[in-house]
Amino acid sequence: MTGTAIVMMIVAMVTVWGGLIAAIVNLARHPEVAETEPEAPPVEL
Amino acid sequence: MATATTQTNKREAFGSRNVFILSAIGSAVGLGNIWRFPYVAYEGGGGAFLIPYLCALLTAGIPLLFFDYAIGHRFRGSAPLAFRRMHRSAETLGWWQVLICVVISVYYAVIIAWSAMYTWFSAQLTWGPGNENDFFFVDFLQSADVAETGVSTQFVPQVGVPLIVVWLAVIVIMCLGVKKGIGRANMILMPLLTVMFAVLVVQSLFLPGALDGLNAFFTPNWEALADPAVWASAYGHIFFSLSVAFGIMVTYASYLKRKTDLTGSGLVVAFANSGFEILAGIGVFAALGFMAQAQGTEVAGVASSGIGLAFIAFPTIVSQATGGSIIGVLFFGALVFAGVTSLISILEVIVAALQDKLGWSRIRTTLVVSVPLAVISMALFSTTTALSVLDTADAFVNAFGIMAVALVAVIVVAWLLHRLPALKDHLNRRSSFPVGWIWMLLVGALAPLVLGYLFVSELIAKITTPYGGYPAWFLGVFGWGMVISLVILAILLSLLPWSGRSHAKDDVDYDEFLAQEHYDPDPETSAIPVSADEQRGAAS
Repeated sequence: MTGTAIVMMIVAMVTVWGGLIAAIVNLARHPEVAETEPEAPPVEL
Repeated sequence: MATATTQTNKREAFGSRNVFILSAIGSAVGLGNIWRFPYVAYEGGGGAFLIPYLCALLTAGIPLLFFDYAIGHRFRGSAPLAFRRMHRSAETLGWWQVLICVVISVYYAVIIAWSAMYTWFSAQLTWGPGNENDFFFVDFLQSADVAETGVSTQFVPQVGVPLIVVWLAVIVIMCLGVKKGIGRANMILMPLLTVMFAVLVVQSLFLPGALDGLNAFFTPNWEALADPAVWASAYGHIFFSLSVAFGIMVTYASYLKRKTDLTGSGLVVAFANSGFEILAGIGVFAALGFMAQAQGTEVAGVASSGIGLAFIAFPTIVSQATGGSIIGVLFFGALVFAGVTSLISILEVIVAALQDKLGWSRIRTTLVVSVPLAVISMALFSTTTALSVLDTADAFVNAFGIMAVALVAVIVVAWLLHRLPALKDHLNRRSSFPVGWIWMLLVGALAPLVLGYLFVSELIAKITTPYGGYPAWFLGVFGWGMVISLVILAILLSLLPWSGRSHAKDDVDYDEFLAQEHYDPDPETSAIPVSADEQRGAAS
């Protein structure tokens, strides 16, 4: 494989798979709210 | 079914947010990810295609996915009911999406049946090395020319029998309902699909010539970025790949619990779908690199997509590679699983719509929907002219069904009904990824422009040259006639009144939801148990 091809492969993997990991981490930090429980008070960001 | 007695009141729901996410990924990851993306990317500049691809994902795919989620979750209904609750006159859009799903489901099932047979053939190299092309068209499909024979009724048992099995399997899944059927099927099939595909990719990478394939796939051709057609193909691909705008995501989102992080879930679905495409690109081009080396040609000479890639190129690779049978079983097995999880999501659009409309139980609706579809599917696609009908119906329903309904839907919702601000507020209620005016701009302005451009170029292409060189009467019936009749039927269906038993009139679940969220009551639902003194939010 040529250098540019390897670079593009790494860029593709980092952006798409990295995006997937970032999305999963974001979701895990916001756990599901139970239907019956009252909503958590808003958190200051 | 335990739920049968409560069916008319309580809406079905996914067991958890994760089950919904896996099911939505199962729907989005279909045959297109495996057999379409690698070639589209290769043709569109290889490594350079990543730029229009990511652009399309971020500016059109994800915004439209959020748009579908917002409609389904805010109006809590199948496509026709959700659009009806948004505005009485928008109901036609929902039925149009349902009818598109009817067409897609009948031909999608047959590709799964072919793949299932090829999983079996791969294990024993049934086609005989060197005979892959003839085996598929002559021995397996017994393909006949529609120009000579017309639409054939000659039954091809090696296609018809697995097709019955595929329909029986999906009917059982659908009868079990959202939680126990669709949810559970995705919880089993999606992890299995991922593992199988990962093994396939690793095995392909060890084939001689694999790196040449990857080189061809990732070497950027920067000049391609100056070509508007490459950008159009990136937007078109993202649009079909994410299963947006034909009712699936609206229906699935309506089964989410009331308090759900919609945008956070949507981002996982969108990136998982794209992540699978990159994986498929690596696997497919590694295998094609091997095939090119074995035949002493360039990768450009063997690269293909769709049916040609799956049923001719891959069997060739299976014949020539050491351990080819394993590659074949994994590849065709992956196609079957990816196809089944997508097919059940397509069927769910139809089943949910009729359940809402008629207030029937799950099993009764499923049987009334699926059995006639299975019969039509058998009649058209277990015969010798299956390939021509499939090819034509697919091309026309994609361009003038899915793309057209998406275009009309974003224009109607954004510009005629002005509902984007309300949908934006609904998304932001519990979402971890807030959306704002940029989202409204992307859905309301960029999406109609891009979809409009794609639609018009498809229209010009299909009017100027007869698609696939098929005879005019044939394209008239299975192409133009089919897509036009979908619109007419959708209008007729939206004129039929909703009975008192339907979910438009009697939906306690929705009434509770409106009260809890402080939304204005829907004019059609019966008793609104909202305490009058409660303050209601401005969002409708």
